[in-house]
Amino acid sequence: MPTLTTPLAEVASSTSTLRAFLHGLPGVDRVGADARAAMLGTRSIKTTAKKQAIDLAIRMVDLTTLEGADTPGKVRAMCAKAVRPDPTDATVPPVAAVCVYPDLVPTAVQALAGSGVKVASVATAFPSGRSSLEVKVAETGLAVAAGASEIDMVIDRGAFLAGDYLKVYEEIAAVKAACGPAGGAHDEPGAHLKVILETGELATYDNVRRASWLAMIAGADFIKTSTGKVSPAATLPVTLVMLEAVRDFLRTTGRKVGVKPAGGIRTTKDAIKYLVLVNETAGPDWLDPDWFRLGASSLLNDLLMQRQKMATGRYAGPDYFTLD
Amino acid sequence: MSERLAVRKTYKLFIGGAFPRSESGRSYVVTSSKGDFLANASRASRKDARDAVSAARKAFPGWSGATAYNRGQVLYRVAEMLEGRRAQFAAEIADAEGVGARKAGELVDAAVDRLVWYAGWSDKIGAVLGSANPVAGPYFNLSSPEPTGVVAVVAPPLGSLAGLVGVIAPVIVTGNTCVVIAPERAPLPSITLAEVLATSDVPGGVVNILTGSAAEIAPWLAGHMDVNAVDLAGADPDLAVTCEELAAENLKRVVRPPAAPVDWLADPGTDRMTAFLETKTVWHPIGT
Repeated sequence: MPTLTTPLAEVASSTSTLRAFLHGLPGVDRVGADARAAMLGTRSIKTTAKKQAIDLAIRMVDLTTLEGADTPGKVRAMCAKAVRPDPTDATVPPVAAVCVYPDLVPTAVQALAGSGVKVASVATAFPSGRSSLEVKVAETGLAVAAGASEIDMVIDRGAFLAGDYLKVYEEIAAVKAACGPAGGAHDEPGAHLKVILETGELATYDNVRRASWLAMIAGADFIKTSTGKVSPAATLPVTLVMLEAVRDFLRTTGRKVGVKPAGGIRTTKDAIKYLVLVNETAGPDWLDPDWFRLGASSLLNDLLMQRQKMATGRYAGPDYFTLD
Repeated sequence: MSERLAVRKTYKLFIGGAFPRSESGRSYVVTSSKGDFLANASRASRKDARDAVSAARKAFPGWSGATAYNRGQVLYRVAEMLEGRRAQFAAEIADAEGVGARKAGELVDAAVDRLVWYAGWSDKIGAVLGSANPVAGPYFNLSSPEPTGVVAVVAPPLGSLAGLVGVIAPVIVTGNTCVVIAPERAPLPSITLAEVLATSDVPGGVVNILTGSAAEIAPWLAGHMDVNAVDLAGADPDLAVTCEELAAENLKRVVRPPAAPVDWLADPGTDRMTAFLETKTVWHPIGT
């Protein structure tokens, strides 16, 4: 765990202080992280524990559609599913949020009004992040004005990999400011900011740790692994590194940040592996939709099928769940 | 020089074109008809059955979408490969059923012949079952048979190769995919057949073969909501009743076990193919 000798604000006072801080973070043992994640993935979660895990995972899902072919109809259908994932079973909890492109936020807000399911919007020239700061800030502002309560922004990976950490920092801070008045605490108004690191493009776990800290220092409420457009997307070891970062950040600064793996999580087994990882790394405090999310689309159907299997005792078939 | 050690083969399951051990790690001893040790075979669990259904479902679009001509060629290829392993199959059948070498050879030949026979049906069954229906209106009205989907098959306990081919070939020739529970007492010809299938252009997942107890696995397949039909050819009466009840939940096609022992060497007719076909009828306006 890094010890801060200077206040966080001073860390970000110049490129050199920021670099000194980020490069001063301890390196990640790649082999060790892989082995630890793989070992935690072998935990056996059965019967009542599995039932609880499935319901928790459903409540943590950010039901996502980010395709060029998204239509208002598709978004409305997805919102209906978000509120009532299994129409035949009222005991299934709603998901945490619906995640769409900014232009579809009004449709989602209308469809989810009064349901308690939040609307998240990607912004800042998703998924590549290749645009000017003005455009990114304006896009964020428009999404918030349209009613999005969560903003999923992408970082400028080009700047990050080139070592221009201050540019990345300032961009996140500017987008955070565009999210609304609040300073980041969960209960205050203003949109919640999730910062997508796109770990598949960051090349090393050391970079993942640095990007996590950079995003948190700049004001992220959540750090998110991936856009889902780059392979590899979320992996267990990368999420492990990010969970260690939020745990250490809380100990260092007293501010709690959430984590969201996204992309490539398709089965209940995968989802439960992530929950085990959260519990063993960051701790049970993070086992809550406010602090941990799963960005996914096809995962929800698998969770519902497993849930139905546990309820009826027979294996469920995909014919009985919506296509999306 | 010391005597050479025998290389004992470990028999595994056949799921999605691969040969995994049972997820449960269990196995059981297979003996000959005289009670001598033959081999250890995997004892499949319900999770293996679930995996097999997933594999079969995944294979279904490709296999049912292949041309009938292509499916016939693939089945013919299976017959060729089977012929090439005649001696191995004959030995396994002789051990399992206690028949003489000559009779065992004839049983293998019968299985090869049956495959060739079914291979020929692939592009003809549509012509036999399909029709252009006369209707009172200016429409073309065409009916054609389509495969039911994923079929769970409880293979017959005796007639181990001819019986096995006699239940698998009619299911897959029309485009279905299947999960087969091999006869518990004599599973070796089934797994050897899996090795034949794996090397004969049959796409992975079209045929999945599980060894173990039908009484344990079959009810899970019969209750599985992603299985479209069950063939209870080898199920005992109690098991058949259980399976049929479970199959009612999602209205699976059910083929009941035969009332009298089946002669798998006799002409089977088309019944086993038609049992796993659905008729699709299309109305199309006549004119320009």
